[in-house]
Amino acid sequence: MTVMISFEAVSKHYENDAKNAVENFSLDVDEGELSVLVGPSGGGKTTILRMVNRMVEPSSGRVLVGGQDVAKVDRVELRRRTGYVIQQAGLFPHLKVADNVASVPRLLGWDKARVHARVNDMLDLVGLNPAEFAGRYPNELSGGQAQRVGVARALAGDPPVLLMDEPFGALDPIARARLQQEFLALQERLHKTVMFVTHDVDEAVVMGNRIAVISQGGRLQQYDTPAQVLGRPATSFVADFIGADRGLRRLAVTPIEVGDLYAPPVVSPKTTVAQALVAVEASGDHWAAVASEDGRLLGWVEPGQVASAPSDNGSSTVERYMRPVGAGVSLDSSLKAAFAEMLQQDAAWVPVFDHDRYLGVLTPDTLHAALRRSVGGEPVPV
Amino acid sequence: MNFFSQVAQFLTTSSNWTGTNGFLAQLGRQIELSAVAVVAAVLAGVGLGAFLGHTGRGSFVVLNSANAARAIPSFALVTLIAIQPGIVRLQQGGFVAAAITMFALAVPPILTNAYVGVRDVDPAVRSAAVAMGMTPRQVLRQVEIPLALPVVMAGVRTASVEVVATATLAAYVGVADLGFNIFAGLDTRNNAETFSGALMVAVLALLVDLLLAGAARAVTPEGTRRTTRAARQRGTGLMWRQAAARS
Amino acid sequence: MGVVASAGPIVQWSWVSSERSMIVSLLLQHIELTVIAVAIGLAIAVPLGIFAWKMPVARPPLIGVTGLIYVIPSVALLSLFAPLTGFFSITTAEVALVGYTLLILLRNTIAGLESVPADAQDAAQGMGYTPLQELMKVQLPLALPAILAGVRVATVTTIGLVTVTAFIGQGGLGQLIIQGFSEDFNTPIFVGLVLSVLLAGVADALIVGIQRISLPWVRRRRLAS
Repeated sequence: MTVMISFEAVSKHYENDAKNAVENFSLDVDEGELSVLVGPSGGGKTTILRMVNRMVEPSSGRVLVGGQDVAKVDRVELRRRTGYVIQQAGLFPHLKVADNVASVPRLLGWDKARVHARVNDMLDLVGLNPAEFAGRYPNELSGGQAQRVGVARALAGDPPVLLMDEPFGALDPIARARLQQEFLALQERLHKTVMFVTHDVDEAVVMGNRIAVISQGGRLQQYDTPAQVLGRPATSFVADFIGADRGLRRLAVTPIEVGDLYAPPVVSPKTTVAQALVAVEASGDHWAAVASEDGRLLGWVEPGQVASAPSDNGSSTVERYMRPVGAGVSLDSSLKAAFAEMLQQDAAWVPVFDHDRYLGVLTPDTLHAALRRSVGGEPVPV
Repeated sequence: MNFFSQVAQFLTTSSNWTGTNGFLAQLGRQIELSAVAVVAAVLAGVGLGAFLGHTGRGSFVVLNSANAARAIPSFALVTLIAIQPGIVRLQQGGFVAAAITMFALAVPPILTNAYVGVRDVDPAVRSAAVAMGMTPRQVLRQVEIPLALPVVMAGVRTASVEVVATATLAAYVGVADLGFNIFAGLDTRNNAETFSGALMVAVLALLVDLLLAGAARAVTPEGTRRTTRAARQRGTGLMWRQAAARS
Repeated sequence: MGVVASAGPIVQWSWVSSERSMIVSLLLQHIELTVIAVAIGLAIAVPLGIFAWKMPVARPPLIGVTGLIYVIPSVALLSLFAPLTGFFSITTAEVALVGYTLLILLRNTIAGLESVPADAQDAAQGMGYTPLQELMKVQLPLALPAILAGVRVATVTTIGLVTVTAFIGQGGLGQLIIQGFSEDFNTPIFVGLVLSVLLAGVADALIVGIQRISLPWVRRRRLAS
């Protein structure tokens, strides 16, 4: 993997402050990676981010983008090819949405037709209908819409690097969650190198491929995947910062894998209850999933219960006694979603699907095992 | 003899200071005229403005009329009044015409500021006063007026400076105030005399502005005094004044 | 009441119609004096305002000097400048009129620039606007509402002050006032007064209209909740 952004022993000192704003900070962000800087407010995250486009100049050390020392690049030049999204969106209130998005392409001297096409593409990309939104002014947008425009504007010059400073920080929780998901979907397609600042651990674990936890004075405490940071906090600062409920957070960042699943016996709807009972007893379990020939889950059955019913002699098919299953979860969702589904249905297991295909079920036991698997063994108690 | 030594000579000639039309008598008339107009405007404007700010009723019409009145050139008004037969017959017709004009000039800023001052009293403070059991009259007198006073004073200051400056025009309609030498000089092409008169008026206007700035500060309740910076941005505050006060 | 109509009726229409062309030309002169004063005032105050905004040290002296001018009575100011620029000259009239616009325009320019949202400026820098591009395309356009508000006040004030420049031979409608007063005749004064007020009203409405048209982003309110 190529390194795209590299901080080499960077420090920042302000004249009127005895303490360093950033202290000997080193970090590599890979190309196409979404790297999150997370930490308490005033800890130096934003200062670090703003060194990438030279909104802040380091007192010592170097920042490299694409292998080039940014101090040696003209700063206006540098900024035009670095996307920048800030908390309040920073839209120009006197310009329509389309003109806001066109800012960088125009600075780059693109011709009219190309700018126009690009603006429409960008608005489409962030889910805003150009016909409806291009002519609006920023004060005619909701917070979420404004922030979408902010993202569209930052991407308009097609920069390889995107800097995002608390981009969703001013939004209500619902809009924020939606924009997070939409941005992740966008990133799937665009593969920009993104540095993302937030003080919200939940946002960090949802968004980041890797998370850099930063304490006061811009000190890097840990830089790793969300699952590792949550599962094995490197320092007591990290453990305190991610909080006592980090186990719950880990559920959110750990994906379901096929290997995690428990596979109860599967019977066809035409199987007799007696046959089903044999299958169930052979597996050591007391229930079986009922699936069609093409692998679709139809329901579940407890043949033992049915066989003891006086009205049945074991010769009727399980179809008759099959019970319905609640909604399952898809393979690419998180353990948290599966757990939530389990609690919701008050069930001891939840089926997992790959699209329509039934794969197996998650139970509390397998869920726990999956969590341990995600950090390669026992979590380190801190 | 160059122009400025002519001015110096005019200003240092003692006969230009004494007598019926000397600077001292002129100064007295200018101050008298201004004081009459401002006091009358305060009596009329503060009460009405506070009432409008308190009730909010009819404020749109009154304030817009006051604003429109500001567009009337004082020069036109004073001459128009001065030539009316009823005024001409009076012994001090020019003074009356000027006083009415200056009154009309002073009312709008005083009225508007009284209105804004009372209206902008923090609603939380007002409802706290009501909740304590104050009558509407008590709310007005014990809460709204004290809190509005700095804004009201700013209006009085604006009005006073405008009036003192504009009262110069009274000389045109026969009141020998500080405008006297200006117009006399213009008539006789005695530029040094005009300039001397102008200098006197400018100094007086600046002194009045300074004086009322001090008064405005004095009536501001201790707890609500703003930071220097905020005050500078808000008021018609002139920074040279603060610089002068410091040095 | 006894009727001693020495000053005549408030409006003598026969006089108005016979003097129509003079009235119109004075009105035009009035407009000309006003427009020149506000235009020059803007040309001076906006660059000064930008300078004072970028260099806070320069603010107290600039506001101080323009504030000083503002307090000086108009008749006095005209006379104070006269020795330098000539008595009875249009230059003297304009110097004084411009002088009065400066404080209002300067303050409003500074206030307008100070009101530019910090996030918009941050975004502009982050996107690679040069300082000049940022000033011309972001900061000044966003300061425009405040500057135009200043133009509004300055224009209405100037229209009133122009009458006073009649004392040094200019004055537009102010000449009607002098004429009426010296002839003890109501009509010219009244016509001067009414036209002056109307002119102020029209100018005010015109500037508000310009604001509406040129600053649609100020007016349009948030539609989405």
